[in-house]
Amino acid sequence: MRIKTTHFVTFITMLVFLSCKENSTKVYKISGKEIKITDSLQGIDSLKNFITPYRTHIEEVLDEPLAFSTTSLSKDQGELNTAIGNLMADITYEQSNPVFHKRTGKNIDFVLLNHGGIRASLPKGNISRRTAYQLMPFENKILVLELSSEKIEELIEYLVTNQRAHPICKQIQIVLNKDNSLNSVTINGESIDKEQTYFVATSDYLASGGDKMDFFKNPISSTDLDYLLRNELIDYFQKVDTIRASIDNRFYKQ
Amino acid sequence: MKRRQFLNSTIASTAFISAGGLSLTACNGTPKKHLTILHTNDVHSHIDPFPANHARNPNAGGVARRAQLIESIRKENPNMLLFDAGDIFQGTPYFNFYGGEIEFKLMSMLKYDAATIGNHDFDNGIEGLFTQLPHAKFNLINSNYDFKNTIMDGNVDRYKIYVKNGLKIGVFGLGIELDGLVSKKLYKETVYLDPINIAQDITKELKESENCDLVICLSHLGYQYNSDKVSDITLARNTENIDLIIGGHTHTFMDKPVVETNRKGKKVLINQVGCYGIYLGRIDFYFDANKKSSEGISIDV
Repeated sequence: MRIKTTHFVTFITMLVFLSCKENSTKVYKISGKEIKITDSLQGIDSLKNFITPYRTHIEEVLDEPLAFSTTSLSKDQGELNTAIGNLMADITYEQSNPVFHKRTGKNIDFVLLNHGGIRASLPKGNISRRTAYQLMPFENKILVLELSSEKIEELIEYLVTNQRAHPICKQIQIVLNKDNSLNSVTINGESIDKEQTYFVATSDYLASGGDKMDFFKNPISSTDLDYLLRNELIDYFQKVDTIRASIDNRFYKQ
Repeated sequence: MKRRQFLNSTIASTAFISAGGLSLTACNGTPKKHLTILHTNDVHSHIDPFPANHARNPNAGGVARRAQLIESIRKENPNMLLFDAGDIFQGTPYFNFYGGEIEFKLMSMLKYDAATIGNHDFDNGIEGLFTQLPHAKFNLINSNYDFKNTIMDGNVDRYKIYVKNGLKIGVFGLGIELDGLVSKKLYKETVYLDPINIAQDITKELKESENCDLVICLSHLGYQYNSDKVSDITLARNTENIDLIIGGHTHTFMDKPVVETNRKGKKVLINQVGCYGIYLGRIDFYFDANKKSSEGISIDV
């Protein structure tokens, strides 16, 4: 009887061991789905209450009027240059050049941004930090690239072929003939000097190959200003009372 | 004598029952178990719902609503794990103003178990991520970034094993190649390692040494590419022990989870819920200790 009991225990132990080893918890069914978060859910009050003071503070800061615009500006107004693009490129020059000069002792020759990078219109009336976030929601910062005169000619060729109002600052002027061929280019009032290198300010997005601006690849030197384009806009809006911008002759067809 | 026989048989059946009980304890509880996995990815600092007049996502998303949904599912099944597949940061002024503090605090309130690290989580530099760590009451898991020579060293788990109702769930994380995507100034000395090799090593460890019942990958590799860039699809096809890939990075909205086949011919689920907290992904696993491994799995997606 004693022996029998021992056998019984051994048998049970074996069974336990086997059942765990062989049939370890096994998945037999899986179901999966995506659940949309909609306004059918009220939301948890304690979380809403946690968020509210942060949101209130952000909204106060974002909506504080910094400057005033007498008209609304859209990137669709204008052919080869637009008032809003001119404004953004001129702000970029004005805000970037002192930083660049302080670091290198050199000056920026001109600015080139992209038309697609203007993400909203500038409204008529109060201009705030929110306006800057709308114009420039991305975290793009300004780089100054040193380019050879050959690369500058490629850049001009790109603009001439593209025929889009990519924002350029007032330090550069491009004139096209009626047949869309290039008539003249001046940088700071002078034609391109083949012996010279040029300092072009642009966004890190374009510098790294965005919008197929390949002439920005492999520059002679690159200086990162650690200055977000959005912050350049905000700093400028804080500096001026009234925003003035217009379509002009920096890029036009005769 | 009759009475004695009765006693004997009683003892025998008691022994049998307790042995049965022992076997159940050894195999961890009742034979049938239900585990729910909830997940988000690429929430990008979207804390408030989209406004009612938003062109693409009117009235969608919002952390307070997501919290309510998660709590109701948690009540339904307490055996639940909540994960995020990275890019928690960047996308609204909440991040620009507070650097990710609110995102981490809210995820802690929602009782996230773990998140992996996306490329945008480096947007305030590796120091910016480190600064927010005290606000995260969940694990940061990544297996293929070597943080040894960075401030993050010792703050990221290579993998983590969660035990729910006796089930062992092994979770590891894979991040995307940072070079060309994030400035080196931001990620500093973080070294990117090949995701497939790392996944093979870690999942073998999780399945064979740690005896995990389920292996989950939190991936910020991206769902699929036209190039030979490593993605969730290539990961699923070229590894052996992953059960579920929770994806991110490509902001891929899926109608339902995708079922792929791994190198051993076993099924792998991939799920990703687009971006901005508009959706919550839900995967339910049903386990049975009495099933044989040769029996198939029914996948209802």
